[in-house]
Amino acid sequence: MSINRILFWFTLAVLALTAPFMVYPVFLMKALCFALFAAAFNLLLGYAGLLSFGHAAFLGTAAYLTGYTVKDWGLTPELGILLGTVAAGALGFVFGALAIRRQGIYFAMITLALSQMIFFLAVQMPFTGGEDGLQAVPRGYLFGFIDLNDNLSMYYFVLTIFVLGVGLIYRTVHSPFGQVLTAIKENEPRAISLGYQVDRYKLLAFVLSAALAGLAGATKTLVLQLASLSDVHWHMSGEVVLMTLLGGMGTQAGPLVGAVLVVGLQNYLADLGSWVTIITGGIFVTCVLLFRRGIVGELRALWKRSF
Amino acid sequence: MEQTSILETRHLTREFKGFVAVDDVNLKIRRGTIHALIGPNGAGKSTFFNLLTSFLKPTRGEIFYNGQNITNMPPAKVAHLGMIRSFQISAVFPHLSVLENVRVALQQRLGTSFHFWRSTRSLDKLNDEAMHLLEEVGLEHFSRVLTVELPYGRKRALEIATTLAMNPQLMLLDEPTQGMGHEDVARVTELIRKVSENRTILMVEHNLSVVSNLSDTITVLQRGTILAEGDYATVSANPAVLEAYMGSSAHD
Repeated sequence: MSINRILFWFTLAVLALTAPFMVYPVFLMKALCFALFAAAFNLLLGYAGLLSFGHAAFLGTAAYLTGYTVKDWGLTPELGILLGTVAAGALGFVFGALAIRRQGIYFAMITLALSQMIFFLAVQMPFTGGEDGLQAVPRGYLFGFIDLNDNLSMYYFVLTIFVLGVGLIYRTVHSPFGQVLTAIKENEPRAISLGYQVDRYKLLAFVLSAALAGLAGATKTLVLQLASLSDVHWHMSGEVVLMTLLGGMGTQAGPLVGAVLVVGLQNYLADLGSWVTIITGGIFVTCVLLFRRGIVGELRALWKRSF
Repeated sequence: MEQTSILETRHLTREFKGFVAVDDVNLKIRRGTIHALIGPNGAGKSTFFNLLTSFLKPTRGEIFYNGQNITNMPPAKVAHLGMIRSFQISAVFPHLSVLENVRVALQQRLGTSFHFWRSTRSLDKLNDEAMHLLEEVGLEHFSRVLTVELPYGRKRALEIATTLAMNPQLMLLDEPTQGMGHEDVARVTELIRKVSENRTILMVEHNLSVVSNLSDTITVLQRGTILAEGDYATVSANPAVLEAYMGSSAHD
């Protein structure tokens, strides 16, 4: 068992390190960013039981702030990403404080409404470049000497961020805090009766999720050298729900698989134009009808049944 | 001042849109006793329970716990004062293991419950104590089982173990034997008697044999007010109580 596990992680590491020599690196980086975004979203939905419909606000805010400060203030990439992440976390605190008092559909609607306000700001404020977005954001030099314009260096940088981000999510889920979060998700009145002030725990989960979504958005801006309105649009909030459900919410690998699948489809079907939306929609409906636990969730159930 | 009573309500009232569910209830729970709250369906027992633990806010009246006014305290704070409630449906965390259920209650005292950067292994130092609590309710062989797989009676036992982990002075049990077979009823009754040492217990219970077996004091509620109070012999001889129970469903 443990030999198998070591072999599994070794294979995965080799694949991750050699992937840019086999697949177009920019596609890989984009997939990693969205996988991190979906994993951050899943921390909230799958482990705290909170369905946010406004996560584009965090991805987008970080994307714009990182893009602007790197391009116009000349911040180094690591500082730009840090700034975007912290800003998204702070915005998450405001959203969370307003939304967590409500549950279910009301929670989702409040997050949607707040994220629409961020979208409006992005359209109106001059520094975002309006419909054009922020273009030609320079990738710059990591720590002043690693040239990120080289796709290979950039890929390993993004891979590092991805591993750290997903690692933090794994740690959070398997931490004392994660235990309380599970307890709250499973039986909130009981958690209260055991003395937990549940709103504070939900708020911390929200802030962590928002900050990590911001980390994904900030990194994405540097990868594509672009921050645009589609980053803050509610389509993006919907897409991350789709990625997570498709892969399997409440599983660690589910959102990653879902994100790679959706980004992959968008990429390889790009020639078909607006048909992409219809095809991904069709796949989504099929998946939800056939495997309610998502791809990873179903595989796990199958694995458990056969052993 | 309130040396003998651990919990006291004064003129406790709760109205729902013109309907008075709990009406001017003055109740004292003596320290160290088992106190049962009975009454026909719709008598306001559950509402009263929810008021006591701050899950509902009273329209009027006050609640004192150890002489302290807790009427407007948030429920999580009330829990920290040592007053822990259970629920009608078994209150467990189904997708945590049996051991983890108890540990969730214990881990607060480490003060690391917000530490998302720490491993769950940091909680292992609580395992011995959690196991000890599980032994007390006879669940020591189930510690690694996922709670969802426990039979119903065992879940109630686990719930009591989790409550004990908070080291409560006052336990409020909402229908602890509801929906149980005879064997489980007997086991849980014994368990309640066992854990009542050095504690006060207030329970809502329909099963009159459990009530007569366990309680020192019984309060009968009807239409939101106290109909009678006293030990089992006194209460069961009260004509008003007999009348209130006539026509309501049979109890075993």
